[in-house]
Amino acid sequence: MQKLQGIAVSPGVAVGEAMVMDTEGFRIPRRFVARDAVEHELERLEAAMAAAGAEIERNRAAVSRELGEQYAAVFSAHLQMLRDPTLRTEMEGMIRERHYSPEYAVSRALRRYAKVFQSIESSYLAERANDIFDIEKRLLRNLLGRRREELSHLVSQVIVLAHNLTPSETANLNRKYVRGFVTEVGGPGGHTAIVAEGLEIPAVVGTGPFLTDVSGGDVVIIDGDQGLVILQPDEETLAHYQYEAEQNRTRAAQLETLRDLPAETVDGTRIELLANIEFPSEVLHCVERGADGIGLYRTEFLYLGADAEPDEDVHYEAYARVVSEIGDRPVVIRTCDLGADKVTYDVDGARNPTLGLRSIRLSLQNLPLFRTQLRAVLRASAEGDVRLMFPLVSTVMELRQAKMVLTDVMEDLDDEGVSFNRDLPVGMMVEVPAAVMMIDHFVDEVDFLSIGTNDLTQYTLAADRSNKEVAGLYNSYDPSVLRLMRIAIAAADLKGVPINACGQMAGSSLCTMLLLGMGLRRLSVTPSSVPEVKKVCRTVDLAACRQVAERVMALENARDIKSYLREEVKKILPEMVV
Amino acid sequence: MAEAVVSRTVVVSNQQGLHARPADLFVKLAGQFESKIEVIKDNERVDGKSILEILTLAARQGTQLTIEATGPDADNALEALAELVESGFESGVSEDNSTVE
Repeated sequence: MQKLQGIAVSPGVAVGEAMVMDTEGFRIPRRFVARDAVEHELERLEAAMAAAGAEIERNRAAVSRELGEQYAAVFSAHLQMLRDPTLRTEMEGMIRERHYSPEYAVSRALRRYAKVFQSIESSYLAERANDIFDIEKRLLRNLLGRRREELSHLVSQVIVLAHNLTPSETANLNRKYVRGFVTEVGGPGGHTAIVAEGLEIPAVVGTGPFLTDVSGGDVVIIDGDQGLVILQPDEETLAHYQYEAEQNRTRAAQLETLRDLPAETVDGTRIELLANIEFPSEVLHCVERGADGIGLYRTEFLYLGADAEPDEDVHYEAYARVVSEIGDRPVVIRTCDLGADKVTYDVDGARNPTLGLRSIRLSLQNLPLFRTQLRAVLRASAEGDVRLMFPLVSTVMELRQAKMVLTDVMEDLDDEGVSFNRDLPVGMMVEVPAAVMMIDHFVDEVDFLSIGTNDLTQYTLAADRSNKEVAGLYNSYDPSVLRLMRIAIAAADLKGVPINACGQMAGSSLCTMLLLGMGLRRLSVTPSSVPEVKKVCRTVDLAACRQVAERVMALENARDIKSYLREEVKKILPEMVV
Repeated sequence: MAEAVVSRTVVVSNQQGLHARPADLFVKLAGQFESKIEVIKDNERVDGKSILEILTLAARQGTQLTIEATGPDADNALEALAELVESGFESGVSEDNSTVE
């Protein structure tokens, strides 16, 4: 058994068979073969080894011819490794006696050697591990041939283990088959993490390297609450987690009874409980859980899913679908919030991407792209309670510019005779400390505000949320973040401008009392959190919440605040604290 | 017929130790003999005809290895293999100093 600590990004427990994705996206499809197929499988292994050997021999000959014999020596060593009698005996034994599939046997046997090499304190031998992976890939390629399957073509339930998943890869995961995923890199609040929450599958990111320790088909446990990944679990651990998963299902079933009840506090204050989505298909989750509307529709996936930039109709169709499925409830559409961490696989591509050209800045510099999106939002506004929100606004001028473009687009639509809601409510995200400091000006120019706690945390603490080295600093419970939120809430209340919170914090039942106590009456949360947050709302009264908030504001660090909140929630809802 | 077991201790003399290419040469040579070949370092004993096993020994320059041969051509095998190691894997190879890996 091996335990890995990563960063918990999507809650829940999953137990299942591993599907290991390497950079080439290989997967090892089956673990066991039928007893009477053993001979056939041995022949497949034999054929794959012969084919791989021929490939290496061809490489060797080509390199030798072009560069000289000494450069070809490494291929000679590869060939020797491939034909290693000990290796062959081992693999054949696995297939014959343990009925492993050849793919699994290859992976299992070779990775054992790779691990031994990596553990020896010699950079030279550690590099030899790469030779082993090279041979493994070659054999797998030959074994799988055309049957090589991709993430999008799964046919059985798996837990996906990968070095990294791009947001669009994550978005394309099939919920029916992918029970959870783990990535070696990544941080909390990154887009991959947000998508995992949207898909409602347990996920852990940022575990550091471990893929070489695991083979496809191994049993893996993901503890999405603690950020733990357990490889080759022992019986006791396995039983514990299976029980846990069962408990979670029971609890979810109990919460479901709240669906048609309002999020109303004991003293009768109605809390508006909205949901965050990224895909139109999620509207169903929101309706099923009794959300009061969509508080944040992230539109980035329109840009990420496709190869080409989406045209106006692609935008419109997505928005119209959300509007029609949510009925008469509100939908807040946020304009493109793309940043480097969400577009590129390699975040290092730009220096300080989170401080660079992203979000509303990107929109204002790419007016055709921005106008296309605004036209589609306006068209959808004719069909329901659509509201428009600009992300990452830092200065009043930025907000005015964005609104000017909107007015301009409205005029165009007027000229074309296209109908839209002229009084479309326009709001902005409060997620840059600069916006908080100028909030008394902003409140005069918007119809509503939404505090994005994830970005506000990262910009307040100057800690990149996707950087594991500083992930400890990134903490939404930090009193500095809470103080900024309090300033924004006070300014909004003064002018009667509706304000909500929509970051991960808003969806944590640990924070509900605090946020209500700080004066928020609207929360926008991930759909899966709706029942739990609603449960807390229906259990507390506002006077008690205010006391909690007051006490929290007197504390000086995130850890104290979190443990205090944990105690408070335990008092009212002991079954909710894990 | 009783099988002869012969052994000899040698010191790895080439600069890079028993890395992939020398191990490749060793295994190729060992494979030419019928006898069972084993290589012992401290208390690790591995199959001399398995390059993967030999690499796991991580034998650097100056490491003492015992080569043990069992079988009909054990003496000849031992002689050839010991010479290969002691010559710094020069025997039968035109060039060795390159760091191509």
